[in-house]
Amino acid sequence: MASQLPVIDYEKIKKIHDTPLEEFYTSGHRTCQGCESAMVMRDFAKASGPRTVVTGATGCMYVANTSYLTTPWIVPWMHTQLGAGGSSAVGMAAGLRALMRKGKIPQEKINVINFSGDLGAGDMGIGGISGALQTDYDLLIIMYDNESAANTDIQATGSTTYGAQTTFTPPGSKHRIMHRRWKKNVAAMLAVGHPTCRYVATASATFPALDFMNKTRKALSIGGPTFIHTFDPCPKGWDFHPRYSHELGELGVKSGIFPLYEIIDGQVIYTYDARQKGRIPVREYLEKQGRFAHLIDEDVDYIQHMVDTMWNEWEIPGVAPFRAGLSVAG
Amino acid sequence: MATVVQETNVWARDALLNGCQAVAQAVRLADVDVIAAYPIRPYTEVMDALSKIIADGELDSEYIVADSEHSQFEIVKHASSVGARAFAGSSGTGWMYGFEALVVTATDRLCPLFVVGNRALDDPGAFGVEHNDALALRDMGWLLCWASTAQEALEHVLIGYRIAEDQRVLMPMALAMDGAFLTHSQHMVKVPSQEAVKRFLPPYNLGKRRLHPDNPVSIAPQVNEDWVMELRRQNWEAARRARTVIPKVYESFNDIFGPRYANPFFDEFMCEDAEVVLVGLGAVAMPARTAVRRLRERGKKAGYVNLRWFRPFPTEQLRATLGRMKGVGVIDRNFAHGSPDNGGIVVQDIRSCLYPLTQRPAVTDFIGGLGGRDISIDDCMRMLEITFEAAAGKQRDELVTWIGLRE
Ligand SMILES: Cc1ncc(C[n+]2csc(CCOP(=O)(O)OP(=O)(O)O)c2C)c(N)n1
Ligand code: SF4
Ligand SMILES: [Mg+2]
Repeated sequence: MASQLPVIDYEKIKKIHDTPLEEFYTSGHRTCQGCESAMVMRDFAKASGPRTVVTGATGCMYVANTSYLTTPWIVPWMHTQLGAGGSSAVGMAAGLRALMRKGKIPQEKINVINFSGDLGAGDMGIGGISGALQTDYDLLIIMYDNESAANTDIQATGSTTYGAQTTFTPPGSKHRIMHRRWKKNVAAMLAVGHPTCRYVATASATFPALDFMNKTRKALSIGGPTFIHTFDPCPKGWDFHPRYSHELGELGVKSGIFPLYEIIDGQVIYTYDARQKGRIPVREYLEKQGRFAHLIDEDVDYIQHMVDTMWNEWEIPGVAPFRAGLSVAG
Repeated sequence: MATVVQETNVWARDALLNGCQAVAQAVRLADVDVIAAYPIRPYTEVMDALSKIIADGELDSEYIVADSEHSQFEIVKHASSVGARAFAGSSGTGWMYGFEALVVTATDRLCPLFVVGNRALDDPGAFGVEHNDALALRDMGWLLCWASTAQEALEHVLIGYRIAEDQRVLMPMALAMDGAFLTHSQHMVKVPSQEAVKRFLPPYNLGKRRLHPDNPVSIAPQVNEDWVMELRRQNWEAARRARTVIPKVYESFNDIFGPRYANPFFDEFMCEDAEVVLVGLGAVAMPARTAVRRLRERGKKAGYVNLRWFRPFPTEQLRATLGRMKGVGVIDRNFAHGSPDNGGIVVQDIRSCLYPLTQRPAVTDFIGGLGGRDISIDDCMRMLEITFEAAAGKQRDELVTWIGLRE
């Protein structure tokens, strides 16, 4: 029953001057200054254009973003529940497909996009997103990862960097580190587990420039369900001056703590291959954020060690944490 | 009532169907666009039947096997937002798992239809009927009604969509069916013709609220204290308007399919001259009616009210009927621990509905049939007898009696 609709023919945006001028996510929101997640919204909306419907899960990008009578959305938008990112997109895509097939609305390609936060998508809604990625609907799920439950005042999630201070994981006199979970690898986990999903990517809103918008366009053009995980510095939650948001994103990528890649039809393509380009020490990324101020050298060394292992020893660096070489039982 | 000339093509065929299969036939006839399924007994067989109907090409619908009830209900909610007629269902603990999605479906004023195969909530596990699952919706802005036969179940999918999608209503609809007693018992069912259903049920039209690139609305933005009261008030008004829309829809149903429903909200059995009645929901109507007949044989003026609609609650109509009685016994196939009389849920609404009357019947409550335990004819006779005693002023210390309890 897969759709035979023509895809929207997107061009690759090669230079900053080629970005469309028209905005589909505009004024009216009240996110913090320097909110990188708001950049993600603006960029995906710009890249996908007017024939798009959007669902937004509860989180900062709902509560701080979309207020009654001052909606920033030029494209149609609907709230969905915290863990319902995947199912909201399936519902809309299924509804539109049925109505088109039955001649109840005109046939055309309409992009269906959901965005959910790291708690919404990576923890609570992972089952629903898994379900969505098994379907044959054309849809895109964007997990905007600000590494906390930001809207509820910065609590640790499964995607928070090891050691970070959050309101649920404050340093104390007995326990220096309350958040002892290693960040989960959501994009790769979804790619590995859903072999019929043709496009999974990670991205940063501003580094490399234009990359996220082009990834959005690829995801929307390739057909079937797709997933993008964005890495969004959050001045409030990470405790840094808003003027450094883009820079922190770049440092996160260059230190290798957040690997950038695309997985297209099972092929891994590094957007920023830290093995070739080299990595800066993670300390340079960590020390610029108040949420890591309580860490001591030992903790930083541990994080560096984990990042080194990911790039040097994993079978597919940044993606699959298996070590090379098969051991045969018996 | 005016005599209605039944058209010959109104019914397509007679078929032996259980409640689940009857609902599936109605979903086919309603030309539903999106169906989301998830397994849990006893409602599951609705989806078994529908999947086969779709596989055989008898219905053109998207059919999604979801990863959980939460996803199942969210899929249906969002499909409804783009203008697709949508269907889902569940039972017991599955229904509760998806509850968040059920609440927002009503606050978003979307109108998919759900079937609830009533089932006891966990723990401990039990497949049998109990009404707490569906009744949990009662304050959430839903339409909620019970079918007591497979024929009614089929017809109430059609009636349900028509009411839910009415521009004056726009509320989601839950159609409850007693697990096993209705979901899995076979009845001879008259299946309407597609042509007749088309005449009765217009296409789903969300109008200005349909989400589409040509109509770029933002649905359910954050409002905080600025607007919640006003929006709740709109839900409140819709629920009140539903009370007046429902009789009109039944009138139109009767016009097309024959005079099937004298009273949309409840059926009265031997109530005209009754002094004492039992009130119940769902399949208990069968033994209750037999018990009424037996008491009548002994010269006792008993009756039975088969309450179909619970939300909106038919306050005025029930006042008129029950207000004439000396005694009313409410059969609660549910529990409301710690509630005013330590009884069930239904009795609370019946009591508050009757309270403004100067002449009030004695109201007594029965809890029975929990977890699928049978409510027998003898049980119903006993309930009637206790209600007669209450009506005669011999009120028991406790206003609630557990029926069929091992003690
Ligand atoms: C079912 C449910 N549980 C809890 C909440 C409260 N809540 C609202 S937003 C939020 C945080 C979401 O975090 P994330 O998905 O990472 O988005 P962010 O706020 O960081 O943008 C929580 C826990 C909710 N809205 N719904
Ligand atoms: S708290 Fe963080 S994610 Fe939320 S609006 Fe502020 S910067 Fe953006
Ligand atoms: Mg977050």
